[in-house]
Amino acid sequence: MTAIMEAPPAEEKAPRRVALRPGAWIVWGSVVFFLLILLGVVGAVVVNSFGRKWFGGWLPKGWTTHWYGATWKEFDLSGVLTVTLEVALAVVVVSVLVGVPAAYALARRNFPGKRVLMVAFLLPILIPPITYGVPLATVLYKFHLAGRLSGVILANLVPAVPFVILVMTPFIEQIDPKIEAAARMCGARTRVIFTRILGPLLIPGMLAAAILVLVRTVGMFELTFLTAGADSQTLVVALYYSVSAAGIRAQQETDAMAVIYTLSMLVLLVAALRFVNPTQLVTQIKERD
Amino acid sequence: MAAAPAVARPRISLRHRLAERGVDRTLLLLLPAVVFVVALFIYPFVYGLQLSFQPQAGSDAANKYGTGPFADYRLFFSDPYLRNTIWTTLKIGLPAALFNVLASVPIAYRMRGRFRGKRAVTTILVVPITLGTVLTAEGLLAFMGPTGWLNRILLDLGIVDHPVRLTHNYWGVVFSLVITGFPFAFLLTLSYLTGIDPTLERAAATLGAGWWQRFRHITLPLLAPGLAITFCLSFVLAFSVFPSAIMVGEPARQTRVISIAAFHAAFEQYDYSMASAIAMIMGAVELIVIGLVLGWRARLYKGATGGKG
Repeated sequence: MTAIMEAPPAEEKAPRRVALRPGAWIVWGSVVFFLLILLGVVGAVVVNSFGRKWFGGWLPKGWTTHWYGATWKEFDLSGVLTVTLEVALAVVVVSVLVGVPAAYALARRNFPGKRVLMVAFLLPILIPPITYGVPLATVLYKFHLAGRLSGVILANLVPAVPFVILVMTPFIEQIDPKIEAAARMCGARTRVIFTRILGPLLIPGMLAAAILVLVRTVGMFELTFLTAGADSQTLVVALYYSVSAAGIRAQQETDAMAVIYTLSMLVLLVAALRFVNPTQLVTQIKERD
Repeated sequence: MAAAPAVARPRISLRHRLAERGVDRTLLLLLPAVVFVVALFIYPFVYGLQLSFQPQAGSDAANKYGTGPFADYRLFFSDPYLRNTIWTTLKIGLPAALFNVLASVPIAYRMRGRFRGKRAVTTILVVPITLGTVLTAEGLLAFMGPTGWLNRILLDLGIVDHPVRLTHNYWGVVFSLVITGFPFAFLLTLSYLTGIDPTLERAAATLGAGWWQRFRHITLPLLAPGLAITFCLSFVLAFSVFPSAIMVGEPARQTRVISIAAFHAAFEQYDYSMASAIAMIMGAVELIVIGLVLGWRARLYKGATGGKG
């Protein structure tokens, strides 16, 4: 077995033939089918948001951008977007500040009770938000924190901090501890080690974690929904309320808001994909070609 | 004077002994995170748990079953309208999660190697994550509704005589879960697959194994633990379905999932103890399913998914 595996890798560098077997056809066919459905789902919303009137028929009768202005004014979207931004940034900053030191300790030390602690950090990710959201909202209402910006931020931190710890722990594990030891040998104090040795090494991981937390927070519906008051709604929650208020307002206004939401999420995701390779979050094996 | 070092020694040696087991000042870095998890996760959870054993005076549960500690739970399991939410949720969540995982395996298997445009295809497949449940629901209503494009195509092609009803029922919710859940399952599966050493499969190929044999006996056993995790996380997403069950489902009957029941109890009846009881039942059901899957996983290959031969 080992003899065969150690055989020289006979890699052919020639470009691969494009000859698809039936299995490949089925796979790619279903991918295309999925993407077509997706295009239909997104396209229907986008087309409707620009449509003047659309009752039956392939396309609306006439086009307009009126709904964007209307939805912006009626739902006070500038206020909603400000709240969304405030919540997301606060959650990112606090979760990184709390999560990264914890991840460092978890990556570098083995101590009694570590497994229990890891489970405690995993649970908020494993349990659906509604399950702990209901008791959490009850507690936050008891302390008069819910219904305000601070309550929304606190609730959103619950899955964010463990997420940062989960992403950062393997990242810190792969940084060689000898670097720190060497710096200490050369007389660096703890503060210097953190600011000048570990800090620069940690920045890519922190950036990745921060962007992922940002995407998750902007998209987090349940926790914000349970804790938000009238003036602390984020974009998703405002979108949900506008859907359930359908009938009073034009459908197109809701769709215009949905398009705004998707565009902002898309910008975030494209930014995230520039820094994070999503397929290497779990295992980091060097890709051989 | 001579006593001072003697006093100091046990303190130092205790510190050393602790440091040998990994307990030193570095652990202080954990403190904020621990305080945080205890205050915002464990405390609310315990609070909810004890609240669920204290039925609210004047609530349905207290009127029917008294103020004993289990009144809320008794009401939940005796009232079919509440009890059936468990089956409704499982009936929606399990097939959706299973489909997402099973569908992502062949696609990820195709895409594990290197080819031109891989990053583009991955990005397109991941885009639905940005849509969020609300937009997906909105889009499904417009696209698959009775006058939507899908029904129009089906009618024009003569496949059906009258519009197929795909929204405001069970299927609408399942579709929305597949659209939002599939990219996630696909990403995880792809990352597990790329973590498997490709030389293993090549070795099998040199021994004359066909693609099915390679997949069945090499890749699948190495992938199975990762698939179990992927299934668990997909199931968590599908199990907590809430907005789409209300918007594209039929929240009064066919898709009255357990999270709707919890929300209804908390914010429409203001019965926080009943809501906590439902939330606890929800968590328990979910942990049972995950426990079963992970228990089965524990019987599989135990090493890292790297599979270094």
